[in-house]
Amino acid sequence: MTTIAQPSADAAQPVLPGEVEEAMERRWRDAPGIPGFFASVDHKKIGVRYMVTAFVFFFLAGVQALFLRAQLAQPDAHVVGPQAYNELFTMHGVTMIFLFNTPVLAGFGNYLLPLMLGTRDMAFPRLNAFSYWIFLFSGLFMYSSYLFGSPPDGGWFAYVPLTEKAYSPGLNLDFWALGVAFIGISTTVGAINFIVTAFKMRAPGMTLNRMPMFVWSILAMAFMVIFSVPIVTLASMLLEFDRLFGTKFFLAAAGGSALLYQHLFWFWGHPEVYILFVPATGMISMIIPTFSRRPLAGYVWVATSLVAISFISFGVWVHHMFATGMPALAMSFFSAASLLIAIPSGVQFFAWISTMWHGRVRWTTPMLFALGFLLIFLLGGITGVMVAVLPFDWQVTDSYFIVAHFHYVLNGAVVFPIFGALYYWVPKITGRLLSERLGKWSFWMMFVGFNVTFFPMHVLGLLGMPRRVWTYSAGLGWDGLNLLISIGSGVFALGTLLTVANLVWARRRGAPAGADPWDADSLEWSVSSPPPHWNFTTIPSVAGRHPLWEGAALDEHREALAGEDDAVESMGGAGALTRTTPITGGLDTRPERLLVVPRETYLPFVAALGVAAVFVGMLVDAALVGGVGVLLGAIGIVWWGWRTEEDLV
Amino acid sequence: MTALPVPVQGSTVAVVPPQGSPGRPVGWWGMLVLIATEAVLFLGLLSSYFFLRAQAREWPLGGIKPPELTRISIFTVVLLASSVPLFWGEHAIARGRMRQLRVALLLSFVLGLAFIVNQGVEYRDLTFGWRDNAYASAFYVITGLHGLHVVVGLLMNLVVQLKAWKNRLSAERHLTVKLFSLYWHFVDVVWIFVFSSLYLSAHLR
Amino acid sequence: MNLLDPGGANAARIASVWWIIFGLGAAVYVVVAGFVLVAAFRGRRRRGDTEAVGRDSAFIWIGGVLVPAAILMLVAVVTVSTTRALRQPAKDPLTISVVGKRWWWAVSYPGERITTANEIHVPVGRPLRIELTTSDVIHSFWVPQLSQKVDTIPGQVNHLDMKVTKPGIYRGQCAEYCGLEHARMAFIVVAEDTTTFERWVAREQRPPGGPSAEQEARGQQVLVSSSCAGCHTVRGTPADGTLGPDLSDLGSRRMLGAGTVDNTPDNLRRWITDSQSIKPGNLMPPVPLSRDDADAVVAYLESLK
Repeated sequence: MTTIAQPSADAAQPVLPGEVEEAMERRWRDAPGIPGFFASVDHKKIGVRYMVTAFVFFFLAGVQALFLRAQLAQPDAHVVGPQAYNELFTMHGVTMIFLFNTPVLAGFGNYLLPLMLGTRDMAFPRLNAFSYWIFLFSGLFMYSSYLFGSPPDGGWFAYVPLTEKAYSPGLNLDFWALGVAFIGISTTVGAINFIVTAFKMRAPGMTLNRMPMFVWSILAMAFMVIFSVPIVTLASMLLEFDRLFGTKFFLAAAGGSALLYQHLFWFWGHPEVYILFVPATGMISMIIPTFSRRPLAGYVWVATSLVAISFISFGVWVHHMFATGMPALAMSFFSAASLLIAIPSGVQFFAWISTMWHGRVRWTTPMLFALGFLLIFLLGGITGVMVAVLPFDWQVTDSYFIVAHFHYVLNGAVVFPIFGALYYWVPKITGRLLSERLGKWSFWMMFVGFNVTFFPMHVLGLLGMPRRVWTYSAGLGWDGLNLLISIGSGVFALGTLLTVANLVWARRRGAPAGADPWDADSLEWSVSSPPPHWNFTTIPSVAGRHPLWEGAALDEHREALAGEDDAVESMGGAGALTRTTPITGGLDTRPERLLVVPRETYLPFVAALGVAAVFVGMLVDAALVGGVGVLLGAIGIVWWGWRTEEDLV
Repeated sequence: MTALPVPVQGSTVAVVPPQGSPGRPVGWWGMLVLIATEAVLFLGLLSSYFFLRAQAREWPLGGIKPPELTRISIFTVVLLASSVPLFWGEHAIARGRMRQLRVALLLSFVLGLAFIVNQGVEYRDLTFGWRDNAYASAFYVITGLHGLHVVVGLLMNLVVQLKAWKNRLSAERHLTVKLFSLYWHFVDVVWIFVFSSLYLSAHLR
Repeated sequence: MNLLDPGGANAARIASVWWIIFGLGAAVYVVVAGFVLVAAFRGRRRRGDTEAVGRDSAFIWIGGVLVPAAILMLVAVVTVSTTRALRQPAKDPLTISVVGKRWWWAVSYPGERITTANEIHVPVGRPLRIELTTSDVIHSFWVPQLSQKVDTIPGQVNHLDMKVTKPGIYRGQCAEYCGLEHARMAFIVVAEDTTTFERWVAREQRPPGGPSAEQEARGQQVLVSSSCAGCHTVRGTPADGTLGPDLSDLGSRRMLGAGTVDNTPDNLRRWITDSQSIKPGNLMPPVPLSRDDADAVVAYLESLK
């Protein structure tokens, strides 16, 4: 293939007679009003809820960050005291990691996966709703700590023994430990759903080597979740047992070990970095080809890199513990593994460069965010290699150098793609384009603000400023840089607000987006914006990696497939009329069975309420509340299981 | 079923020969992934146990005697035996034999219940509490977590039994039986690891 | 506290590692960012069709695999050789034991039988072995200009072998978040030539002299009979508490409150009567003393050298 064809007119979904469409509408839409809200299992609604909720938390974390910077703008300042400062930086980290980055990516995944794969919903729509409710409740749970005046204050990593009852007697750390286990349920359940959806719900013809790269990245992320999240659940629950029941897991005096906690925490903690970062690269791998009007360079290499990163990410956790006095030989292994991760990252990076190099680049707002991402992630990656160098890490770990490094990676290289993705996919969600002009202003303010905020932190680290200090003395050479950083953070915050303004503006005034405003290649652009409840009136048959660019009609094979069995039949309008969608073979994508997309139901909400009650019960140490929760959860799940044969086949 | 044309490579249409089985249902795959993540949880706990043990000067800590083996070995056999009727029951329902399924589920339930009752009795007889030291904490939490899984499994068994008695299952539609037996086999296999780590290896010097 | 302005052998070694990886990193950044920008601008101007897929593999193989692998190899060699050098056990070292506490440092010299706090005197040029542990939570011992940091972990003693090469006063600070006043847990290292150090040792080994003036005597009286003695030790007096820092040489120390303020009589009075206003949340309760009593205690403490 040497040139890219213009998107085929045949790619659009067939135009339906009004009464047929109305019949589908009746079959799929949720009950109106509040009851429908709590019962919906539509992946698109859930995806949007995930994103909106996560962005509320994003702005809360932003306000916390601005307080931190106000306090640190000058030496010996007293904008907030040490207790408030420690709560702020803890909640900032907890919010960004657990309540913004992870769920917002899950939100994009939820919204986009079925559309990209060419199916009518996720594999487990009710489980999907359940995982959203759990996310919402766990976020409210952690933030309710402010009502009790005791937000977590042990750092987002909550190292023992500082977080044991003896040194942190309040409820603060109980909110943290229970909250982490609580939201872990949501992440895990979501990952199960992503994995099964990606393997079993792909449109016929979409073999693994034709999956959009974003799906690959979500799949890699979901596998990392499955193998790492149980371990942080373990760490936080063992801590909670120590606090609540007096077990001795982490108390050295009774044969426990503080280092055991660190091993458990970072066994999850490092893959977690990639759990956030990998889907962000997946977004970039969708945006750059679209705006370079060219397929992603080295598709197989990029996909392989995602898999390689997922594997290596499990072999590097000790690099967070280099200063704990372990034997040098053991540490060298982890140091080497940490260096090694630069290779798959380099492969991805040059695939993106090559895509642009040989393409025709359009400088749209999503593309600007992608370019900003490249320039920021490059620096974050280089400092990442630096801190993998054991002796250098011994110097700069727990200094502002690390703060700079991980904000380049987790803010620059995750938040920038997420903003780019907003500009790219929100037109699909709302049917209206965002303002390019406002978008570019937003980008430039964020880009400049970001670098003014985080670049000087490298220097502060080299000047010996430790992390997590609520204040510092004048005359240590840190004053001017800190002021500069605080100013930069304000600029960055204003830049993000411009995007919010843009979203609000576009909701009413944005130009209509049409099905495919960007001339993109993947299936989500073949349906109207916003897509119908059932996504696809006809499930497409896919014949290549870039179905919308390859000129072939998406229903080319429908005739040949029709009439053979239920699954094939459900690909057509009959499926949309009966709320069914095909399940396909994981490798050959042969339509195997029917999935009956369940109707709206309160079960996920009830079960999630039950789980929430269990955690509240543990928090306040009230067996009754916990008991009610167990009962409620059990009722929800048993009822759910009771209906399994009817709904899941 | 006749041959089914499916696009496989490029834009050519290959003909896929019909296959006997229509593939596994998504619920089965979901349960498999859930089990994988649960397995990691147990792996983490058992690794923690050995981590604590590796840095201890004596094990068990604080003069606690290694757990007694005879009775638990018998009940290990009981728990493993509870998996056998499920193979039989699954086979039966696939052929529509509801009565066999009911018997199989009941038998499995009784064996599982016996195991969990024994665990309760063992807790009562233990000479140490979970607050005593890290060994004691690990012992209670690991066996407790496994016990919790057994209890959940027994509840699942009850739901499936109820379905069997109400004739809501059939040769074509019996996903819950498959999901439950997959889960129950997992709970049994995990016990082999728990038993080897906490009971057998504690006697190794 | 600039770690690129080293006064110790370890820090000097790491500073040179920094310059190597900084040079490599800066070069990589300039080249790769150049590629990004050229690609973005070049592609923007292009008209007509995009290019074939085949040309991508050169980018991916050379830029993404071969060059990074070569650079990483170099970095790995630097890592291993430096790590080995930094972990070389010191020969015939001066052993100093440091215990991290919330939020100050207890310092003792087991061989010399000296106990002090927040101020570590060391001889220039002699190998040092710092034994690090904690009596409560995890802290981290870090003097950026002298050496890498090492954590203090409950139930374990970590070692830091180092050597100071230039005389001077070096500031150190706790680097692992340890609770409320983690920010105010600093200390200083005073590196002196061997004779000055020996003199310091000899002075520290003598118990402090008795009060030489009436006011100092009253100060001693107040200190011993008030709540001070419950937590603090002054050798040669009944004050033998161990929760707070040993005060036997307080008059000779340069700073108060673990490196928070200079040791002046005014600051000391403020510290004694209301330490919370200087270091909010520290574990020393306010001591209700009359003005005269406070003055007397200050005079007495400043006389302890």
